Amino acid sequence: MAASLESLLDLVRAAAAARTPLRIRGGGTKDFYGNTPSGEILDTRGLQGIVAYEPSELFVTANAGTSLRELEAVLTERGQMLPFEPPHFGDSATVGGCVAAGLAGPRRASFGATHGGVRDFVLGARLLDGRGQLLSFGGTVIKNVAGYDVARVLAGSLGVLGVIVEVSLKVLPRPLAETTLRFELDQAAALVRLNEWGGRPLPISASAWCGGELFLRLSGAPAAVAAARDILGGTEIVGDGPWTEIREQRHVFFSGDPPLWRISVPSTADVVGFGNQQMIEWGGALRWLRSAHPAAEIRAKAQTLGGHATLFRGGDRSQGVFTPLSPALKAIHRRLKAEFDPAGIFNPGRMYAEP
Amino acid sequence: MLRSECLLTDAEDTRPYDCDGLTLYRQLPMVVALPETTAQVAAVLKLCHELRIPVVPRGAGTGLSGGALPHATGVLLSLAKLNRIIAIDARARIATVEPGVRNLAISEAAAQHRLYYAPDPSSQIACTIGGNVAENAGGVHCLKYGLTLHNVLRIRGLTMEGEAVEFGSHALDAPGLDLLPLVVGSEGMLAVVTEVTVKLVPTPQLARCVMASFDRVEDAGNAVATLVAAGIIPAGLEMLDQAASRLVEPHARAGYDLDAAAVLLCESDGTPAEVEEEIFRISEILRSARATRIQVSSSEAERLRFWAGRKNAFPAAGRAAPAYYCMDGTIPRKHLGGMLKAIQAMEQKYGLRCPNVFHAGDGNLHPLILFDDGDPDSVARAVAFGVEILEESVRLGGTITGEHGVGVEKIDQMCSQFGGPTLEAFFGVKRAFDPSGLLNPGKVVPTLHRCAELGGMAVHAGTLKFADLPRF
Repeated sequence: MAASLESLLDLVRAAAAARTPLRIRGGGTKDFYGNTPSGEILDTRGLQGIVAYEPSELFVTANAGTSLRELEAVLTERGQMLPFEPPHFGDSATVGGCVAAGLAGPRRASFGATHGGVRDFVLGARLLDGRGQLLSFGGTVIKNVAGYDVARVLAGSLGVLGVIVEVSLKVLPRPLAETTLRFELDQAAALVRLNEWGGRPLPISASAWCGGELFLRLSGAPAAVAAARDILGGTEIVGDGPWTEIREQRHVFFSGDPPLWRISVPSTADVVGFGNQQMIEWGGALRWLRSAHPAAEIRAKAQTLGGHATLFRGGDRSQGVFTPLSPALKAIHRRLKAEFDPAGIFNPGRMYAEP
Repeated sequence: MLRSECLLTDAEDTRPYDCDGLTLYRQLPMVVALPETTAQVAAVLKLCHELRIPVVPRGAGTGLSGGALPHATGVLLSLAKLNRIIAIDARARIATVEPGVRNLAISEAAAQHRLYYAPDPSSQIACTIGGNVAENAGGVHCLKYGLTLHNVLRIRGLTMEGEAVEFGSHALDAPGLDLLPLVVGSEGMLAVVTEVTVKLVPTPQLARCVMASFDRVEDAGNAVATLVAAGIIPAGLEMLDQAASRLVEPHARAGYDLDAAAVLLCESDGTPAEVEEEIFRISEILRSARATRIQVSSSEAERLRFWAGRKNAFPAAGRAAPAYYCMDGTIPRKHLGGMLKAIQAMEQKYGLRCPNVFHAGDGNLHPLILFDDGDPDSVARAVAFGVEILEESVRLGGTITGEHGVGVEKIDQMCSQFGGPTLEAFFGVKRAFDPSGLLNPGKVVPTLHRCAELGGMAVHAGTLKFADLPRF
């Protein structure tokens, strides 16, 4: 049952007293992500609605259980968008879940200005901590350096620090013009081109290479998009291009059985290897891999390339899906968790086996 | 551990370190350490941790909130000698530098690749990247290009125990909790930064600036909101009120309209076609928002002249009065006009002049309260004036500091912005990174006891060192 904020407070206080593990859940569209969830479900969908939206102030504040689809529809009506283009992975995705998962879509690596991941657009949040207290971090203005920026840490925190109850996000105008170009290139050549283009003032807002095809999305002022199209060449695609299919992992690359690895590396990193079932996004900085190779080998390779590998879907998840932390970081994580959730009730094991 | 000339103990040697850009607070440190390598920084930290000696990190000392104020029985740890640019990778568009490298030096080194480091606090010729990280420094281009946080990929640092730790990576994300946003803006209280990797972005082909005059400050404020609502994110969007224009014009000769109640500077950058299109839209919108005069820069020299006045507002204030006190609140853009009206009323109330320069696009205010630091009554009025501006900022839904940090200056105003449990959580963050509490102790977060004693009120003033340096 979805519950109101008051009943969530009671629920958390009772769980903390009894040390009952809680599994924080919105629409459940990202249940697959991270390590296997456990504990009694704490449903955030009772926390409904947009609290404030002012287009001229470039922010929106919403309760955690608000439907991500509805929020985006409201922004679209006013010609604005969530600049990190988050995947939904289902109709029931919520705003809170979107922030807690911290996953961004194709626009994450727009070249040039005004781009970033989920955390770059979090302005503030209200958090229900493991003591059953409501904490308020950040705010709704873009420039704010009062106190530690805890709100942004919640992006990708997988609920281990507490229940996100409300979040304020920076929004941006939708680009006036957008088009998609297609090129035929092998992977190595695509990586060379992507990094070369990245160093030039071109309005590239998404890129994806898969199976010998490279797609580029251009976004911005009509004049800028037209000029870039002439410089870049390629074939202009009719329609919206493959971006939604890729973002939602409905593209054919994502079908089938082999485990799906998400490998995050510097954009200039060499070809990852482990077979040719690969997709590249974010100008080269995100490599998707379908492979049944041993996890240790894939992680070692990612590390050699200066990045890290996550077992995103499928495969043997018993050893943990995320890359282990250094001892120094692990110690900070453990202490931070203990400060926010002293009884260790929130999403135990979702990120790492030990807190 | 350190060469003898890198350890200062005599008062005459440590005197230059007794304050940062906020000179009202001064304190001689027990000792100043100037390590030349990361290994030396680690050794200093290990020793201090063992002996339970507080450590205060410091970059160029241009900070404006007393974040680098020394501790009487502590070590002032200057990172100024760690000033190497380690690598510029043009293909990957990143620069890896030591913390003592100056902000502008990064862009200068990257210029040959037609790349630059976007955040540009106006003190960028002097301030260091380590200090920028500590304060999450802004500048005039944040609206489009982001703050320091948005332009940093990886921070290598040391814990108070002297243990190496890395936040972020050269990839776009890293495993575990994303702790980078905690370290950036932590005012030197969570870790000592020893290496920073920043993003570089392609230098725009062209930038042009629109200068618009308004008869009423409310109109200028509304024009800002209208521009943003129309989907325009200018590269820079700054406002000066009439007092500020009249203050700077005799020195900067920027060509500001001295009859205007407010002057707006709005910059567009990109390809020539893009800039032309955007300038056209900006001009149309400003005109319909009741701009009384619009000028567009027709050359790079003219663009720089438009900006010269804005960038010299602080030195000009320094010439206009014995002292000035710069505030740093941020408010929702829609309240800009109303806030200016409120400040005008406060000028009457406190009997002090207060020219205003705003990062209007960000809603970030820099009112400059002019006062006489030799007159205790004038100081007291300036202080009360500043407090009222900050409290009004919080009341309007904003914040007490947009980019200068809390430091020691605004620690009491933290009580009016945050509730008890949130302040307690900040202490929890501090403990998680620095269980010993020895790293830059006593800054940023007030104890609940202190807040209770103050009853949510605050009293502090400051004056600026390096008064001639362009700022903000």
